[in-house]
Amino acid sequence: MRQFGPELSQIAQSLQNREFSSVELCNEYFRRISNNRELNAFITLDQEAAVSQAERIDEARTRSELGPLAGIPIAHKDIFCTKGVRTTCASKILSNFVPPYDATVVSRLNEANVISLGKTNMDEFAMGSSSEHSNYDPVKNPWDLSRVPGGSSGGSAVAVTAGLAAAATGTDTGGSVRQPAAMCGITGVKPSYGRVSRFGMIAFASSLDQAGVLTRSAQDAALLLDVICGFDPKDSTSLEIPPPDCMKHLEKPLEKLTIGVPEEYFTAGLDSSVGEIVQRALSEFESLGARLVNLNLPNSKAAIPCYYVIAPAEASSNLSRFDGVRYGYRSKSGEDIADMYRKTRGEGFGPEVHRRILIGTYVLSHGYYDAYYLQAQKIRRLISEDYKNAFEKCDLIMGPTTPTTAFPIGEKTSDPVLMYLNDIYTASVNLAGLPALSIPVGFDPVGLPVGLHVIAPYLQEAFLLRAAHQYQKATDYHLRVPGDNL
Amino acid sequence: MNDWECVIGLEVHIQLATDSKIFSGASTAFGAEPNAQACLIDVALPGVLPVCNAEAVRMAVKFGLAIGATINRKSIFARKNYFYPDLPKGYQISQYEIPVVVGGSIQTSVDGEIQTVSITRAHLEEDAGKSLHEEFSDYTGIDLNRAGTPLLEIVSEPDIRSAAQAADYMRKLHSLVTYLEICDGNMQEGSLRCDANVSIRPRGQTKLGTRTELKNINSFRFVEKGIIAESKRQIEILENGGSIAQETRLYDPQKNVTRPMRSKEDAQDYRYFPDPDLPPLVLSKEFISSVQKTLPELPHERKQRFIGQLKLTEADATQLIQSRTTADFFEAALKQAPNNPKGIANWINVELASYLNKSNLSIGESKVGAETLGQIVARIDQGIISGRGGKELLAALWDNPRQSVDETIKTQGLKQSDNIDEISEYIDQVLQDYPEQVQQLRSGNQKLLGFFVGQIMKLSQGKANPKTVSGILRNKLGLM
Repeated sequence: MRQFGPELSQIAQSLQNREFSSVELCNEYFRRISNNRELNAFITLDQEAAVSQAERIDEARTRSELGPLAGIPIAHKDIFCTKGVRTTCASKILSNFVPPYDATVVSRLNEANVISLGKTNMDEFAMGSSSEHSNYDPVKNPWDLSRVPGGSSGGSAVAVTAGLAAAATGTDTGGSVRQPAAMCGITGVKPSYGRVSRFGMIAFASSLDQAGVLTRSAQDAALLLDVICGFDPKDSTSLEIPPPDCMKHLEKPLEKLTIGVPEEYFTAGLDSSVGEIVQRALSEFESLGARLVNLNLPNSKAAIPCYYVIAPAEASSNLSRFDGVRYGYRSKSGEDIADMYRKTRGEGFGPEVHRRILIGTYVLSHGYYDAYYLQAQKIRRLISEDYKNAFEKCDLIMGPTTPTTAFPIGEKTSDPVLMYLNDIYTASVNLAGLPALSIPVGFDPVGLPVGLHVIAPYLQEAFLLRAAHQYQKATDYHLRVPGDNL
Repeated sequence: MNDWECVIGLEVHIQLATDSKIFSGASTAFGAEPNAQACLIDVALPGVLPVCNAEAVRMAVKFGLAIGATINRKSIFARKNYFYPDLPKGYQISQYEIPVVVGGSIQTSVDGEIQTVSITRAHLEEDAGKSLHEEFSDYTGIDLNRAGTPLLEIVSEPDIRSAAQAADYMRKLHSLVTYLEICDGNMQEGSLRCDANVSIRPRGQTKLGTRTELKNINSFRFVEKGIIAESKRQIEILENGGSIAQETRLYDPQKNVTRPMRSKEDAQDYRYFPDPDLPPLVLSKEFISSVQKTLPELPHERKQRFIGQLKLTEADATQLIQSRTTADFFEAALKQAPNNPKGIANWINVELASYLNKSNLSIGESKVGAETLGQIVARIDQGIISGRGGKELLAALWDNPRQSVDETIKTQGLKQSDNIDEISEYIDQVLQDYPEQVQQLRSGNQKLLGFFVGQIMKLSQGKANPKTVSGILRNKLGLM
């Protein structure tokens, strides 16, 4: 088949021009997936359903014009329930779980005739920053197979990076879309909390979880976000407001853009080469007409401790339903009900999930609740205030997405706190419920991608994507692919 | 016993009569096949989310307004975390720190003594499913049909001082929630269940004694008997110099004793925290006042009207307002005989009640409807039938409810006779049979008039209209 570039918007154009069919495209992706098994990007593939769906769409295209996303094959993070397709959340406890329903994100994309190739690997229950904590083995970074791709949406990031899917869905609780996007050199967007329905997305920390997309470009992301954003009556926290209409605003040039640069994001802990590349990207924005202002987010130091109280607290409760009673894995050796619970959950959850359930249970316990959970809620409000104040001085906030580029597999698994610090720039955004993205802005000396973190005011997704798109029109970092792996 | 005072607070769970569950669209109808009414959300599949049923909220607000409580404009749903096989999510969604209803009160009356029981709070929550232990030999079945059924938990202050008052409180609540049409009041199906906190203290002491909690009582009778049994147990321990252990107990109605369920040491840490899946429940002033407008006449208001306007006795009125259906039945019957509320009340509280008791039916299921009962009383008042005839008429209609009242009067031959010739014959017969009494009557012993009317009625087998009899009799004896 004809060669094609990595961008979803280009592929969509080619499909509409009948340069190749959706079936050809699907088969090409499945060929690449099977040639790249060592990346371990997928947990479950659904080739038969994908190809027959592609046939239907090709056939429909002969009769009428279809929507812009029709026939585009993408991958879903294995945290989204897919009707009739196993959904594991990368956990042993859901190793046999086949949902009888589709998540709202999935059904909206289905309605837009998007094709699902399969389910991507991730950190178990989205708990992690490296995609190593999976019951289905670690995911590998296509730029360097000895390194992690970031996490938790690592499989999705790798699928897009290595050209195994035109785009992928992800979820972001503390950075799980943006952080792997940065480490893989692609675009990852987390919308404002409440923009995208959480229905059918297996909950980690309900007040922080938000679905997002991993794509080559901001334009690709805009196409997908315009489909998945919007009120869903099945999710009480979804916002009853019109969706952002990102595509409409994409091409407006940036005028008088003021970029806030938080001092706290450029301190010790930030890898110097990452810092330099991010500074260069900021200069590139300046040359596009933006103005930089320094600002402070005084409570950002408290973001990680605050996050690691709230997220585990909610997780400890959200994960209680995995008890072996109604679905999922059940230990065979339980002697009574309490023993069955203990063994099912002991055997069914991996060590990182255990750790967070224990932390969460502890901080909600009688006598500790005030000191931890309540205190964390107060800090959460202060962090939100910080952003509110900052956005009085600027239109967007920019900084590094991660303190380092992709690190070697196994380097941080034995030190959870070191691992948690990967989310140091991203987690506060979830605490404040803001929209943010990561775009690739260069490579460190060993050739690993560096991401720029862009944060917008609440509900300003269209503006956020427009800024990224204008940058990507002027640069080509987002089109760089790890050549050897294709 | 008199040296001790019993202090009781009740937590009553009422099942709200919504069509669907509190956080899902599944039906709440009773009696379906196990798990036929458990949807994705009730089963707590991964990824599902709760959406609050506005109807349940409306009902909770209606209750709050009816007891004069404060409606919180903003209340919070919280998670109560514990593991149990019939609790699908591993937590129950309830309201903890900020419930929807705060304050208010219910009046009880025991032996004519009216007392006010303050309400601490009432909060919305979901019911759990059911574990079926008996149905299977070597495993436990789970039925999630009830999981997610909306409950309103009504918590009273420890204002109740006797088992009888506790039972009356529960009856008053039952009457109120059925009046408000927020609960079907079906005790057998568990629509109203209660936990009783019971403690004992020496009379005159203000400090509360250690309490025990009696769990899951689902009848008025058992609430009374259970509290009596528990307070006796506690008094016995205290009188023997022992102390009460704070624990949860169950009342065993067969043995009429309470037995321990779990002690305070086993008390779980529920790790309550605000449910992040549900935003705060925010109620507008407009919403609250729109609910206010739907409040019906409340039981105590209706009772006052029955006594004040309709001149019913306290006892009759109390009995009639016990349930909304009874009071509605009374008012519907009254339309047929508007001038005789007392008569209608008697016929419902005595005659009809005995039929209902015998066949174990509620008044809503009565074979003889309100209109029919009202017509029976009206026919008596109109002199068409006698009181005794009315009873026969009710019996006939109970067996054959399709027939109309007037038709039944005809077929049963219950119509009182106004036939002057016929009545005159009876009178002549009786006057002939009792010559001495005739003499006495003629000489002024008016009391004997009743005797004669009675004898004549007897002779006519009750069919003669006593007024007509009395008229003709007077005429014949020249007593006008």
